[in-house]
Amino acid sequence: MSLVSIRDVRKSFGQNEVLKGVSLDIAKGDVVAIIGRSGSGKSTLLRCINGLETYQSGSIVADGIEVGGAATNLRELRRHVGMVFQQFNLFPHLTAAENVMLAPTVVNKVSKAEARITAAEVLAKVGLSEKMDAYPSELSGGQQQRVAIARSLAMRPKVMLCDEITSALDPELVNEVLRVVEQLAREGMTLILVTHEMRFARDVGTKLVFMHHGKVHEEGVPKEVFAAPRTPELQQFVGQVG
Amino acid sequence: MSYKLQFAELLPYWSVLLYGLVFTIVLTIVSTVAGVAVGTAGAAARTFGPGWLGRIVAVYVELIRNTPFIVQLFFIFFGLPALGLKLSETTAAFLAMVINLGAYSTEIIRAGIEAVPKGHIEAGLSLAMTKWEVLRHVVLNQAFRKIYPALSSQIIIVMLGSAVVSQISAEDLTYAANYVASRNFRNFEVYLLVALAYLALAMLTRSALRALGRVIFKAR
Repeated sequence: MSLVSIRDVRKSFGQNEVLKGVSLDIAKGDVVAIIGRSGSGKSTLLRCINGLETYQSGSIVADGIEVGGAATNLRELRRHVGMVFQQFNLFPHLTAAENVMLAPTVVNKVSKAEARITAAEVLAKVGLSEKMDAYPSELSGGQQQRVAIARSLAMRPKVMLCDEITSALDPELVNEVLRVVEQLAREGMTLILVTHEMRFARDVGTKLVFMHHGKVHEEGVPKEVFAAPRTPELQQFVGQVG
Repeated sequence: MSYKLQFAELLPYWSVLLYGLVFTIVLTIVSTVAGVAVGTAGAAARTFGPGWLGRIVAVYVELIRNTPFIVQLFFIFFGLPALGLKLSETTAAFLAMVINLGAYSTEIIRAGIEAVPKGHIEAGLSLAMTKWEVLRHVVLNQAFRKIYPALSSQIIIVMLGSAVVSQISAEDLTYAANYVASRNFRNFEVYLLVALAYLALAMLTRSALRALGRVIFKAR
């Protein structure tokens, strides 16, 4: 059974239909790389999965919870579906550790002491043990993004959505973030990434999804798809970015 | 032109003036705390609340910001008794101040909330917090940090504007000055002294607020 099941999802912003019937199945442990031109609907699709965007028709079921329903328990959904953003979005008035501790204490009612132990653990995982008490403004972009990943991990999600998480980083900082994501993938975390890192998609991904004009245009095993793209659109896209 | 300053003639009235000073200080502190609380609730309603509530708050804000404070005060003190709501001068003064600062601070705090990057709110929601939890733990601290100087200025404006409550005989510093002047006719001395007292109060308030800000926003 798939962990995330997307069925014929349609989404419009006003007259502009950005998702034109997207279907996708994601199993536990999958590392799905969603690629495509800007405006192809990949970020919107990702944001639909944890309910940051609504959609007009179709269905998304994540970890057994129907996302689009009127009575959907978004809190329950989001406890199991983490998200990391392009712009990091760390809370600037809180230290790295406090950023990580916030949701466990507020949402899961965990004690501060216990939350700090978890924070130490997840920050160690992303290689930032010594930055626990640093404020976001004292961290590099790569470090901030790793804290953001740790913050999401502290909720013990079953799926993590990564929305172009290296796109706002200086080139030399991209790898430190990708290494963390790769480690998560090796540990069996289910990941859905919207990304422009083609090599990463090929080497770490278990599934590649090429979106074009609001549809899944081509999907398959990354190495095979990259080696022999079937559609001219993907051939052209790979030629341009690869 | 020669005028002989006679501050000594104010001495017999020192307790009246002191009472007025304390009244003004208490009035300012209470209306600041309550007014900012009203403003926070109003701003939260306008940004995070349901549309109908936001519209009610908008009407309140526009009504208060586009009418003179003295008219608001008179309406509460002289007008409301017609509806059977009779308030003492002191209660009316406090109420008018809170309602007035509440409206201005709603707008100021709302600006702060809207200046918080939308991504921070989405990050909070993605961590399974409700929007009210996001407001409380993520948004408000950042919002207040941004608008603290503007809010401080508004508090001082309201403190100085509180002189108007003397018009309904609430016994503030200006009321005390009027009282003394009407008895010893030392208008020049009394109003000079009271002007200096307001000046000192304003400067004191400003530094107190600055110090408070440093404590609250000590991070970074």
